[in-house]
Amino acid sequence: MNLQAIRSIYIFEMARFFRTLMQSFISPVISTSLYFVVFGTAIGSRIQEVEGVGYGAFIVPGLIMLSVMTQATSNASFGIYFPKFIGTIYELLSAPVNFLEITIGYVGAAATKALFIGLVILATSFLFVDLHIAHPIAMLAFLVLTCLSFSLLGFIIGIWAGNFEQLQLIPLLIITPLVFLGGSFYSVSMLPPIWQTITMFNPVVYLISGFRWAFFDTADVPIGLSLFAIGLFTAICVGVIAWIFRTGWRIRQ
Amino acid sequence: MTNIVEVRGLTKRYDGGFEALKSVDLDIKKGEIIALLGPNGAGKTTLISTICGITRATDGTVSIGGHDNVTDFRAARNLVGLVPQELNLEPFEKVMNTVRFSRGLFGKAPDDAHLEKVLKSLSLWDKKDAKVMMLSGGMKRRVLIAKALSHEPRVLFLDEPTAGVDVELRKDMWDVVAKLKADGVTIILTTHYIEEAEAIADRIGVIAKGEILLVENKDDLMTRMGQKTLKIELAEPVNAVPAALSEYDLTVDGEGLLYSYDTQTDRTGITSLLADLQKAGLKMTDLQTRQSSLEEIFVSLVAEKEGAE
Repeated sequence: MNLQAIRSIYIFEMARFFRTLMQSFISPVISTSLYFVVFGTAIGSRIQEVEGVGYGAFIVPGLIMLSVMTQATSNASFGIYFPKFIGTIYELLSAPVNFLEITIGYVGAAATKALFIGLVILATSFLFVDLHIAHPIAMLAFLVLTCLSFSLLGFIIGIWAGNFEQLQLIPLLIITPLVFLGGSFYSVSMLPPIWQTITMFNPVVYLISGFRWAFFDTADVPIGLSLFAIGLFTAICVGVIAWIFRTGWRIRQ
Repeated sequence: MTNIVEVRGLTKRYDGGFEALKSVDLDIKKGEIIALLGPNGAGKTTLISTICGITRATDGTVSIGGHDNVTDFRAARNLVGLVPQELNLEPFEKVMNTVRFSRGLFGKAPDDAHLEKVLKSLSLWDKKDAKVMMLSGGMKRRVLIAKALSHEPRVLFLDEPTAGVDVELRKDMWDVVAKLKADGVTIILTTHYIEEAEAIADRIGVIAKGEILLVENKDDLMTRMGQKTLKIELAEPVNAVPAALSEYDLTVDGEGLLYSYDTQTDRTGITSLLADLQKAGLKMTDLQTRQSSLEEIFVSLVAEKEGAE
């Protein structure tokens, strides 16, 4: 294992993040504050409690997930797409590193950034709502796993993308709708029965439900199923990445 | 001398069916500078990319320092530094950081003293904290070299290191290459500047249409090129070499005569030829000497190759 290489990729990627630290920090704080103002205070005050939790607090896990998933995906996809775009990928391909080391470096950095943003949003929510976290360790574990798995997905998108439009396409067309319809702002039990069934095909439901359970001890789906879903999703992403590097798909002619 | 790189039957066929390399065999000796000459699209970059692992070979093997570049890629690649043709650099990063990154990527422990040495040798030390995007093209090229040298390679591939570089910088680059050779680094460079190959290479390989046409010691090649010709224009054209001049290596060339001689010998025979010409009563209107250059050999080799197809 070329640990030195993993370390170098990680540090190099994090440097990009620190160069734009203010943007990285301010934009989630502002957008979260806006969500709280609109949904938490303006609309939320007219909404009854959801499963015994005030609406403002209820949306916190969904808000964090929404940001973490989109940030992890876009960070990781950009991280590996950019070297392809500017040509510096030659160095990765000619260095004594294997796919696992490259993936750990890039995905690790992307996941760290997403985790940072998730924690910033969590801290911001404390300013707006009275929040009590039922299972702090499980909450953190879910957050880390989500950061990792969506960074893996982003990494795949970055390798697949042939231009900047494609880089934005999947997050915009697939991830954002899945997250919005995955119960970020509502409980699945609030839906009509037919939609409750359909929504179960949305993998994000399991993640948000599990994350919300860690906060409020209530969930749309059993916690075990949530863990299984995120584990399966991570495994699929790792499998796809292993295949990509074995075949050289889109990176090595 | 032992071979540090051995290429056997290397073939690269792209998906479209285009064959960029056609069963190339090449031995690179430890410590030498070999220049690969060839026109654009000859397969120079594909050859280097395949040796370095950026491109997958369709067939054939490459061994570097005795390690196969696929089955034992870590050991093989540890020895190799690559300077690509394009200025592929992270624009927003500082020079020192990109060089540090390269060293780490090759699994070497951080060693800023070594990096300082490398940057100084390339006159980049005062730019170490500058962002790459602020540098000129020539400096960016040197940053690429610094990146390749950061991990102390034993074999350095330079793909067109002086393409689009001004004369002064080109000379600097040659000095850098000479220093590296003195440190025992094997250097493979591609170029289409023949004078570059003449100036720094120990051996010269000519590549065209995906095939190596020739690999020869530069000195042997230069001796072969030592042939010079003297063209003698005459006031009155002749049809055949006059009998009085039959002892000279003369041929009729259009209006005049062509004399071939070897510059490496003590006597070229020019003085006596001119004297004998006068004795024979031939009136000269002009004299012209020409040396066949590496360029001509190169052009004729490539033309032969193209003519054959």
